[in-house]
Amino acid sequence: MRRLSWFNTTALTLGFAFLYLPMVILIIYSFNESKLVTVWAGFSTKWYGELIQNEAFLNAAWVTLRVAVISSTIATVLGTMAALVLVRAGRFSGRTLFSGMIYAPLVMPEVITGLSLLLLFIGIGLDRGVFTIILAHTTFSMCYVSVVVSSRLVSFDKSLEEAALDLGCSPISAFRLVTLPIIAPAVISGWLLAFTLSLDDLVIASFTSGPSSTTLPIKIWSAVRLGVSPEINALSTLMIAIVAVGVITASLITKRASLKQQADERAAVHA
Amino acid sequence: MGQTIFEPWNDPSAKPLIQFKNVTKKFGDFVAIDNQTFDIYAQEFFALLGPSGCGKTTMMRMLAGFETPTEGTILLGGEDIAPIPPNKRAVNMMFQSYALFPHLSVWENIAFGLKRDSMPKPDIEARVAEMLKLTRLEQFAKRKPHQISGGQRQRVALARSLAKAPKLLLLDEPLGALDAKLRQDTQFELMDIQEKTGTTFVIVTHDQEEAMTVASRVAVMDDGRIIQVDTPARIYESPNSVYVADFIGDVTILSGTATPRDDGYDIAFAEGQPPLRSKSDTRLDKGQACHLAIRPEKVSITAEKPVDAANAMQGKILDIAYLGNLSTYHVQLPNGQIIKAQTANTRRLSRRSFTWEDDVWLSWTDTAGVLLAG
Repeated sequence: MRRLSWFNTTALTLGFAFLYLPMVILIIYSFNESKLVTVWAGFSTKWYGELIQNEAFLNAAWVTLRVAVISSTIATVLGTMAALVLVRAGRFSGRTLFSGMIYAPLVMPEVITGLSLLLLFIGIGLDRGVFTIILAHTTFSMCYVSVVVSSRLVSFDKSLEEAALDLGCSPISAFRLVTLPIIAPAVISGWLLAFTLSLDDLVIASFTSGPSSTTLPIKIWSAVRLGVSPEINALSTLMIAIVAVGVITASLITKRASLKQQADERAAVHA
Repeated sequence: MGQTIFEPWNDPSAKPLIQFKNVTKKFGDFVAIDNQTFDIYAQEFFALLGPSGCGKTTMMRMLAGFETPTEGTILLGGEDIAPIPPNKRAVNMMFQSYALFPHLSVWENIAFGLKRDSMPKPDIEARVAEMLKLTRLEQFAKRKPHQISGGQRQRVALARSLAKAPKLLLLDEPLGALDAKLRQDTQFELMDIQEKTGTTFVIVTHDQEEAMTVASRVAVMDDGRIIQVDTPARIYESPNSVYVADFIGDVTILSGTATPRDDGYDIAFAEGQPPLRSKSDTRLDKGQACHLAIRPEKVSITAEKPVDAANAMQGKILDIAYLGNLSTYHVQLPNGQIIKAQTANTRRLSRRSFTWEDDVWLSWTDTAGVLLAG
């Protein structure tokens, strides 16, 4: 292993510190015995125990999970379709407008997206609840899916689809049997991205949620306004753990697949 | 030996498998194929040869069904194929990139087309086994495309496109990705497979040697038009234009004006040089501009002036290309014109007869060159 120069070491340390120090402190204090967040009084897991008994938190977690799963699934379907049109359909009239509309939520301030959705729901008389949050989350996470999937589609060899047609597939079965399996990694990471975005969205959810449908970020936000409790720390630590496990698994799977592919290709060359 | 020579294009009663009738294909204002009419016969190995952008790939994609002609019709077995989508055509294609499905094994790739026809499972297995045997891929059946070498991938692509026993197989630059040695072996393998299966092959290539090796007939294309369709030998020995003569093989083109004399022509081509003598069926008027295309191997190179040669002229050796089996000499005439002459190196370790700057005599017979109207 190459030794790092002092400059690289400093840059690395600063980078990691800025990114992860706040989280590390949060995790440490989640195991704090004391009720006072900033005073260390010894190690304990009691806040985790209390968390499990907190019905309000559990309900919010359940709402969040449902919203995330459903909205990211719909967003993946719609986003993939949008990506297909953008990459494949060539230059149709209105293409620029369409691509602009797809990518607008990427740069639109969340407050504005949230507010406009709220006005829409009021306008058409839709009662705010889990359903409206799902709609809102689908709207803004769909563009991320579309970005991820279209970047994969650009490098997709179109002759693969033509080969499928040539061998007797209808256009739909060519997509199902050839295109989809090949772009699956991009579709899955698009889904994961949408899922994560929905999981931790606060602004848009607070515009579009109703009294019966508080999501976890809203719950945490309102709890923190009354004062930070070690219970919140414990909850946040759990969320960090879930996200970290997901991200690490995903990257390990990708890395192993690419390593295996490289090894196979080397073997094929020497075979 | 009682074997009939395969030449359906000379048989007026033979029915062509494919007929292009006044086919034009435009992309916007760009004319990719310009009003072409020609036939391809069953069991032919037909090559579309031309530089990139000449329209040969468009021609093939119209046969496969990925493009439709702007004007004109294409008939397959007497039936207009324009309304038939690619997945319903009895035509299969081998793609230049092979287009193997990366997520499927070699076996599944070959079985892909058969499964679409909902063929019974035992039949699929038998057919795939047959194809694996034909392409010598038995031991790779379970591998994925990225686990095999380039040459093996090429054979998988061939097996996959042949599996459905198409009436017509299209090959788009099938050997482009292989190195020279493997390419030669594969050319003979392709011919062998074509003979065994009796399938009609249409190959698109920019490699003239490949087209000459494998094809029963070659169509030389340029700028959306077929310039000449003929057997490899006739394309080489009797090109119908300077373009074809120049595109296929090595050639020297001498331009001049013709004067009929006896049963041939005298061609004045340079000041201070005797006229070239050529016997030809080409009809030329007195004083008409013409070109004499002469292949290097038809030109002899000697130190002394040859007696009674129809054409003989002196020059200086400018360049020598030693190719192992052959040596090509570039000989410059006093007026600057360069003529290529080729000799076979039949003896090993012989003293080189000629070297740079040597004065030599070039000579050829009055039938060696092809006379083309200018």
